[in-house]
Amino acid sequence: MSYTILEKKQIAPQVHLMKVLAPDVAKAAKAGQFIILRIDETSERIPLTIADFDADEGYVTIIFQEMGKTTKQLAQMTDRDVLLDFVGPLGKPADVRKLGTVILVGGGVGIAPVYPQVKAYRDAGNKVISVIGARNKDLLILEDEMQAASDELYIATDDGSKGHHGFVTDVAKKILDSGEKIARIVVIGPPILMKVAAGMTAPYGVETIVSLNPIMIDGTGMCGGCRVSVGGETKFACVDGPEFDAHKVDFNLLMSRLGLYRPEEAQCQENHQCTCRSGN
Amino acid sequence: MAARQAMPHQDAKERTRNFDEVALGYTEEQAIAEASRCLECRNPKCVQGCPVEIDIPGFIAQMKAGDFDEAIATIKLTNSLPAVCGRVCPQEVQCEELCVLAKKGEPVAIGRLERFCADHERKKGVAAPVRAQSTGKRVAVVGAGPASLTAAADLAKEGHAVTMFEALHDTGGVLTYGIPEFRLPKSIVRDEVEYIKQLGVDVKVDYIIGKIKTLEELKNDFDAVFLGTGAGLPKFMGIEGENLNGVYSANEFLTRVNLMKAYRFPDYSTPIKRGKHVIVVGGGNVAMDAARSALRLGAEEVSIVYRRGEDELPARKEEVENAKEEGIIFRLLTNPVRILQGDNMTVKGVECIRMELGEPDESGRRSPVPKAGSEHVIDADIVIIAIGTSPNPMILSGSDGLKVSPRGTIVVDESAKTSIGNVCAGGDAVTGAATVISAMGAGKLAAQTINDYLRNN
Ligand SMILES: Cc1cc2nc3c(=O)[nH]c(=O)nc-3n(C[C@H](O)[C@H](O)[C@H](O)COP(=O)(O)OP(=O)(O)OC[C@H]3O[C@@H](n4cnc5c(N)ncnc54)[C@H](O)[C@@H]3O)c2cc1C
Ligand SMILES: Cc1cc2nc3c(=O)[nH]c(=O)nc-3n(C[C@H](O)[C@H](O)[C@H](O)COP(=O)(O)OP(=O)(O)OC[C@H]3O[C@@H](n4cnc5c(N)ncnc54)[C@H](O)[C@@H]3O)c2cc1C
Ligand code: SF4
Ligand code: FES
Repeated sequence: MSYTILEKKQIAPQVHLMKVLAPDVAKAAKAGQFIILRIDETSERIPLTIADFDADEGYVTIIFQEMGKTTKQLAQMTDRDVLLDFVGPLGKPADVRKLGTVILVGGGVGIAPVYPQVKAYRDAGNKVISVIGARNKDLLILEDEMQAASDELYIATDDGSKGHHGFVTDVAKKILDSGEKIARIVVIGPPILMKVAAGMTAPYGVETIVSLNPIMIDGTGMCGGCRVSVGGETKFACVDGPEFDAHKVDFNLLMSRLGLYRPEEAQCQENHQCTCRSGN
Repeated sequence: MAARQAMPHQDAKERTRNFDEVALGYTEEQAIAEASRCLECRNPKCVQGCPVEIDIPGFIAQMKAGDFDEAIATIKLTNSLPAVCGRVCPQEVQCEELCVLAKKGEPVAIGRLERFCADHERKKGVAAPVRAQSTGKRVAVVGAGPASLTAAADLAKEGHAVTMFEALHDTGGVLTYGIPEFRLPKSIVRDEVEYIKQLGVDVKVDYIIGKIKTLEELKNDFDAVFLGTGAGLPKFMGIEGENLNGVYSANEFLTRVNLMKAYRFPDYSTPIKRGKHVIVVGGGNVAMDAARSALRLGAEEVSIVYRRGEDELPARKEEVENAKEEGIIFRLLTNPVRILQGDNMTVKGVECIRMELGEPDESGRRSPVPKAGSEHVIDADIVIIAIGTSPNPMILSGSDGLKVSPRGTIVVDESAKTSIGNVCAGGDAVTGAATVISAMGAGKLAAQTINDYLRNN
């Protein structure tokens, strides 16, 4: 198969947005789901959350951060280039219902998967308070879109270059402390952020949902590589998730498994850079 | 009586360093010599052992006469994947077990002869098939493993417009993601898929039924549906330490190696952990494939840990022999109790216990009983769990009314019909993990049922 990139733009340092023509996926997509893509024959399969979709126009939007070989290679691609594979929608859709007031927290590129959820929670009749954050203001993505989609939007940056000087969890804590009744908090971002958030909300007894990002291959429940421990039970994030009750997730296990291929990834990138240079 | 012709193999030392095919295939002389051993029995028992009832004495007689073109034509009357079956069927418990010569010594090497004929045809180039007259009926085939490939081919030959949907980016099912290149070259699977495309089958990969379309929608869009979704869900043992870094399901390990070509990392970008001491738990074909792959990835020591004895190993005998020749260690009557943790949540070893064979269980096999006090630790940095799989539940999301057994298998009647009208199923999705040939048999039966249904509706 092949999937054409309709549009590609950089939206922050090392963060890119891509609209990919995939009509069947766009038609079936729901907030909270993800796709797996493969660039070419020698590529690995990498999962990326569906950041937006348009069933009529037949495209799916993805937002990704340059991490290693594959996302760097993806960043080099541009309009009219084609991806070899684009499988989805994978995972269970987010459990979006009318609950009352909901806080949605996005950290870094985690803002991308939060965005469709903000829209979905709003459409379901909830009041949505969004909290987004990044290391500095240049790394903040989708600010305008989030502003438009949320009832209230708060910003936090690690260096204080915009909004609250500190972490998104500080802001969320303040909202909880304000006494407003919060029905649910959804937190998506780096595992460490989700872990801290889970610890922060636990004493408040507020239902807290996280979207987990373990290493995946097939995304169809066939390999078991994406297994995570939730409430002491082993789950496959690609089919049982990716969303889980934050208070039950074993984040230490998740983080250690994410580091599994670090030596190999370093080797892969080195090799990639070498071949790039020799190709010049 | 002449002795059975030995299969030429790639040298054991050499082959553990590459992923090239191990068994090299008979030469023409060997093929004719082996074929000449067949007695052409009036009442050929071998055929009864063949799930698709190939006319075995018939094709062997044609081989004796050196007419390999006729021989392959005879095989293909009932088996459309002979190059695959000739390589991976467990002949010693099928046709060859019943061959009259087996009683007196060694049976005719039927599987090897089948492989020879298929390879002979492939070398010459398989002629493009003539497309059938269109019936105007449309059939959806879900999955692209042997059950689905067989069903799709048979339905296309009847003139129905067949669309095949596969979740992964490549076709073949287990033949592609599970069975390694050194046992079944992927080019063979690819050629088979090319052939069914030439029959007119429209193949859509990257397409998950249950996600992009529900079974309900598929049923409405097509005149009939075949489900050949396999048994892809890996089982774990539920012992301590199973989520540690370095513990793989055999499916993950083999998918990385075969589908994603991790053995060619970093030219291919999917990584895999290359262990020094690898333990594979299980005794079937899957365990043998995982162990032999780990060895080829450079492991110093690879052990199979299996709770029963040598005679009970479910793997094909030929593959057990190949594995032994390559230096895989067999720790039989041994069962893992827990996986031990080293630094950074990685695997350090496996605590095992010795087993004895007790009374026969429901399966008729003597069940293993742990020997108290026999716990011992085997060092390992990679552990691969190969204790079986169950059917993939993905298809079931959003398909109300599809009857499923408590084991997760799709329930069908004797003609392969499911509980939903115009939907048939077959292969591992129905039986649980089984064999290529049984999946093909089921695909054939379902195609027949669908064909009858379409002709009458
Ligand atoms: C359900 C899900 C949704 C995701 N959504 C997004 C998203 O919307 N935007 C985004 O930028 N990133 C997302 N990710 C993470 C993204 O998949 C990884 O950043 C990407 O795979 C890194 O690949 P690489 O080759 O560039 O980097 P590498 O150098 O290979 O890896 C860098 C790090 O990424 C992680 N990683 C590597 N391979 C995989 C893999 N196959 N699956 C998951 N993680 C992997 C590991 O932690 C690794 O250490 C998501 C992950 C999951 C599981
Ligand atoms: C490592 C290994 C070694 C083996 N060795 C042997 C051997 O030597 N001899 C032998 O006879 N047998 C062997 N087997 C068993 C044999 O491969 C299987 O019995 C056979 O492949 C089953 O065929 P199938 O068509 O039912 O399913 P599969 O081959 O499992 O194919 C099912 C296909 O359906 C796809 N699918 C699943 N769900 C969906 C969905 N919802 N939408 C779209 N597509 C979907 C899957 O991705 C897969 O490609 C082995 C199995 C393994 C794992
Ligand atoms: S039973 Fe053996 S000897 Fe007899 S026809 Fe079959 S293969 Fe030949
Ligand atoms: S990615 Fe393979 S089971 Fe989830």
